[in-house]
Amino acid sequence: MSIYQPPADWFKAPTGSERTWVGIALVWCIVMSIMMPLWHFKGKQNSSGEAYRVEPMDYAKRVMEFIAANQVGVDEGTMRPIVAPAPGSDVYLQAQMWQYTPIIKLKLNQEYRLHLSSLDLQHGFSLQPLNMNFQILPGWDHVLTITPTSTGTFPIICNEFCGIGHHGMTGQIIVEE
Amino acid sequence: MPTGNHGANEMRSCETTGLPVCLNAQQFIKLNAVCAVVFLLIGAIAAILLALTRWPAVHLLSAEWYYRTLTIHGLNMLIFWILFFEIAVLYFACTTLLNSKLASKGLAWASWLLMLIGAITVDVFILRGKSDVLLTSYVPLKAEPGFYLGIILVAVGALLGVINFFCTIYIAKRDKTYEGSMPMVVYGATAAAIIAVVTLLHGAVTMIPTFVWSINPEWIALDPAWYRITWWGLGHQSQQVNVCAMVSIWYFLSSVTVGGRPINQAVCRGAFVLYILFINLASAHHILVDPGVGSGWKIWNTSYAMYLAVLASMIHGFTVPASVEVAQRYNGYKDGLFGWLFNAPWRNPGFSGFFLSLVIFGFGGGITGVVLGTQQINIMAHNTLRIPGHFHVTVVGGTTLAFMALTYYVVPMIFQKEFYCKALCRIQPWLFGGGITVFAIGMSFAGSYGVPRRHWDVDMGGSTLFTGFGSGAHVWLGIMGVGGVIAFIGLLLFILLVVSAVFFGKSNAGGPMTPWHGDTAIVAPIPHDAPHETPGTMILVMVLLVSFVVYYFANWKWLSDVWHVR
Ligand code: HEM
Ligand SMILES: [Cu+2]
Ligand SMILES: [Cu+2]
Repeated sequence: MSIYQPPADWFKAPTGSERTWVGIALVWCIVMSIMMPLWHFKGKQNSSGEAYRVEPMDYAKRVMEFIAANQVGVDEGTMRPIVAPAPGSDVYLQAQMWQYTPIIKLKLNQEYRLHLSSLDLQHGFSLQPLNMNFQILPGWDHVLTITPTSTGTFPIICNEFCGIGHHGMTGQIIVEE
Repeated sequence: MPTGNHGANEMRSCETTGLPVCLNAQQFIKLNAVCAVVFLLIGAIAAILLALTRWPAVHLLSAEWYYRTLTIHGLNMLIFWILFFEIAVLYFACTTLLNSKLASKGLAWASWLLMLIGAITVDVFILRGKSDVLLTSYVPLKAEPGFYLGIILVAVGALLGVINFFCTIYIAKRDKTYEGSMPMVVYGATAAAIIAVVTLLHGAVTMIPTFVWSINPEWIALDPAWYRITWWGLGHQSQQVNVCAMVSIWYFLSSVTVGGRPINQAVCRGAFVLYILFINLASAHHILVDPGVGSGWKIWNTSYAMYLAVLASMIHGFTVPASVEVAQRYNGYKDGLFGWLFNAPWRNPGFSGFFLSLVIFGFGGGITGVVLGTQQINIMAHNTLRIPGHFHVTVVGGTTLAFMALTYYVVPMIFQKEFYCKALCRIQPWLFGGGITVFAIGMSFAGSYGVPRRHWDVDMGGSTLFTGFGSGAHVWLGIMGVGGVIAFIGLLLFILLVVSAVFFGKSNAGGPMTPWHGDTAIVAPIPHDAPHETPGTMILVMVLLVSFVVYYFANWKWLSDVWHVR
């Protein structure tokens, strides 16, 4: 009876099926605890949180230099630059209310260091339709070491609320053979 | 039997249970409960507007009003409704169940007034239209200073209520109003109160600098990464307060509706201790894909720490239904594996609400919570609709429904008023629980297509780079909308039933409350030595475990198909 005082000898070890269940639950919790470090070493998808402090103005400058060095065209719908960085290089994506610049062309199965940062509020980096999501903060250069494993056109949408234009905030990554 | 410490005319004896009711506590239970329901109503109006906006076929509100309404909904539901109700539960647990008077009337007034003024301040400032920052108010998004001030007032008020709770426990102990260990429900409430203190301190650490910053950003520099970590120290742990309060209420309702008693009190109490010790660190699961916090820290905090709290929940997931099964079998429902369950008092909204809350929380909220909070799997879930899909089956289908179930006893026993339309009371938990389950399933599946949360337009406002989500996502969003409407009807029905009973109901003062089922309102507790047979519960928890394992590894499989990243 949970609303009255317990009997004096309430402190006892569990028995029977209760004991079995506590044991099973403990084992399952241990399995789940092991899965994360295991995947960290053996799995291919991890969020290591690699990041460096950066002033928004400095980041904007880096993005500009990056675009100047790697631009291959302009997207007609949005007039945003399209860049094609070399495999293995650093790629800079700038989030600001309410767009991502530039549009990035990558090569299949090549590794890149993708930098994410914001010039104003917090934003989200949500890659569709893969549904991979990372946080973008102003003042922090968030580095994802990524390897695209499929080709096509992958929209980026913002999934951190960033003001009234949030729902229209998009960008794009294109992956070619 | 030890005597209470009540002064003359400071208590009455409950005609239903024979338990002593401190009249001061009763007054503040009423005040806090009434406020809880008022804020629930505000949150409910926001809820239906939101559901009808995220349902693409309806898309009701403008973008501006969608975000404003979302801010209103998050705060009024998650903070105001829940906190006012919890303060009422704390006052009940520390007085009636310990046979004590409330420590301080002044403190109770101060707590209630501060919370009320704070909550009204927050709502007024949101509606002024310059504080559309959502529940989390992530800096550098900025609200008016009054918004943060209101939240601080609510937090201070709640802290005073919690202090009053601890003072009452102290005087009960000092005056020896009870002997030996405290009852389980009080024990769980104490666990909730301890976590609440830690939570509210995090709240102060986050909100006070943010308030200063909102007056003049020159005065203090806020790091968004720091803000997220400390804010979630508040935001996550407050959910653990809710879990503790909800589990205590489950034990309470198992006791009064079927006479249930925990098989082994040491196990249940140990599980509450695990919550207190380990949940604090698990707030890391909100920042799993954030920059600046390393893998080691993320894994440590979400594995060792979180899984010991998960273990605690899995334990309650067994002990609570087991308490029902043992009692039902003792009372003669022995048929087969599930005779005890089929013959449970499903007509009693106190029971159906409690048991549905248990099932929805366990199967829906528990499994999704652990999976989404797994460091790497979170990559496929962060800020998508999978997240609100998860917490609408924890804090809504679980906690809120448990609070509703308890209300079916609070109104007749504390307000001493009878409900009208008992038939509607009996279906209310089913409507609400069923609706919110459908709603959350719709949300979760839409989220697994990538549909973001906190987002006004799944067609991206006509962007040329992304033309919106496909028909699969739209179907699930439609299911979400239908579920939301059903849940809203269940919620509104609850509010109407409670308001009509509290303000216009027939008084039952002087006699016991009308039983919801059977001959007596409170089912007599089974004896300590009743046989502990729980084969049915064992099957139920094994089904839970299998669903858990399948969902867990299915998510790892989906994860292994996306791009490589580290
Ligand atoms: C009829 C019942 C309810 C319905 C139909 C409902 C519906 C919704 C909807 C549609 C959203 C917006 C999701 C988005 O667009 O991101 C939402 C968010 C939310 N709801 Fe509910 N809700 C209900 C009850 C509750 C209750 C009782 C609580 C708390 C106890 C609650 C807590 C929240 C929170 C914390 C959010 C997130 C706010 C934010 O993102 O800032 N809801 N709800
Ligand atoms: Cu954004
Ligand atoms: Cu945004």
